[in-house]
Amino acid sequence: MASVTTLAAVGEVGKGFIHERTSETLPCQATNKLFCWDWASEHINRYETPTLQHLELVAISVLIGFLVAFALALLAHRHHWLQPPLLIGTGVLYTIPSVAFFFLLLPLTGRGTDTAIIALSAYTLQIIFRNTMIGFANVPRAVVDAARGMGQTDRQILWRVELPLAMPEIFAGLQVATVSTVAIATLAAFAGGGGLGEPILKGGISFKTNLIIAGGIAFLIAVSLGLILFAVQRYLTPWRRVRQAG
Amino acid sequence: MITPLLTPPLASIQGAIEFIFTPQTSNVTGGKTVGGIDQVVELLLNQLELTIFALALSMVIAMPIGLYLGHRGTGELFATVIGNAGRAIPELALIAFMAALIGVGVANLTIALAVLGIPPLLTNSFVGIHQVDRSAVDAARGMGMTELEILRKVEIPLAIPTLFAGIRSATIAIVATATIAPIAGVLTLGDFIINQNVYGDNGVLAGAILVALLALTLEFSLAALQRRLTSKGLKLNPA
Repeated sequence: MASVTTLAAVGEVGKGFIHERTSETLPCQATNKLFCWDWASEHINRYETPTLQHLELVAISVLIGFLVAFALALLAHRHHWLQPPLLIGTGVLYTIPSVAFFFLLLPLTGRGTDTAIIALSAYTLQIIFRNTMIGFANVPRAVVDAARGMGQTDRQILWRVELPLAMPEIFAGLQVATVSTVAIATLAAFAGGGGLGEPILKGGISFKTNLIIAGGIAFLIAVSLGLILFAVQRYLTPWRRVRQAG
Repeated sequence: MITPLLTPPLASIQGAIEFIFTPQTSNVTGGKTVGGIDQVVELLLNQLELTIFALALSMVIAMPIGLYLGHRGTGELFATVIGNAGRAIPELALIAFMAALIGVGVANLTIALAVLGIPPLLTNSFVGIHQVDRSAVDAARGMGMTELEILRKVEIPLAIPTLFAGIRSATIAIVATATIAPIAGVLTLGDFIINQNVYGDNGVLAGAILVALLALTLEFSLAALQRRLTSKGLKLNPA
């Protein structure tokens, strides 16, 4: 009862005040609207730091993951008995959910970016390792034999024949690893690793505009990096382009 | 001998194992008991239930479409685009957004998680069926098999490895993301991890260990099932 009286009084004083406080004029973030354009255009700059952090997380993790996986693949290519244990080992790292991985590392490395980077690079190993091995396996025997017949050493065959021919598969692995890492890096926020997951965790699940912007940026980064890597791969392997077109 | 460097991790692991088996008093929630095997089993079953529901839903949606398109040999672009776009979906944003859009709880979260399972299932069903040797299909057709029989007796058995790779990817993605289900109101093992203020550091590590073991168990069980279902002829020539 009391509140009604008060409201009426306010209404009389400030003309049309009560009318104004409907859902139409509430600040958009207090309503249930799907997307608040005004809020978005005013606050878009608060996503700059998380976005840059996110890119950094992904770039460092994928780079480390690629270097390690590539080195392992070269090893396994020379010593074939290493293949099954390495496949299983990287498979285990791939299977452990990232959120769990972050916190398994906690007693060793604490919260923060380092932990996130270790877990994310461990995740990429299997994808890149397996694709590189498939790439090597797909190199026609005849081409390797021809190179050997021309007097090339094992090292020359590896760098001049096998690697260029395995490039499409290696790049496909890099592409899949990069795109997945962008998506999974949103979880780094749980481990205090920053990135685009942070505004999501802070904003909670009720403010959709925030979720759409942060999630949307992550999705767009993933898609763009995927397309860029695809374009680079096409550029680096012109012979495939001709074959596919023909 | 234990080096000083290893002492803190080992102590943490001991604390985590204690947390799993014996209930303890939480120092934050005013003496409420946390941990212990009963709570672990409850949350484990929640996560397993959520994973199985979501996997089943995504299989029911994605596999018929993938199998049909693969059999017809059409829609390659569609299958590829879905598969690649699916990988780019940020899990955390998806769960939070779906919870905001359709609500929290097991049923809504099942739908949200199924979204993650659909892309790998659709792509792998398509690719698996599509890459089956055409001469095998022609032979089956020549023997008078109907299209459905060809799919069931020839194409699916030959595509088992690829189909299973899709099911395994979907399972890993779903069980991993079910870990963050507590943000959408379903208590899974991830609750131990996410709510450090309730369960303490021992609970966090215990949760991480349990989630990792759950994912690995599912993966190895599916791999074993796949070996049993793969026809002998395909096993002779391992990929």
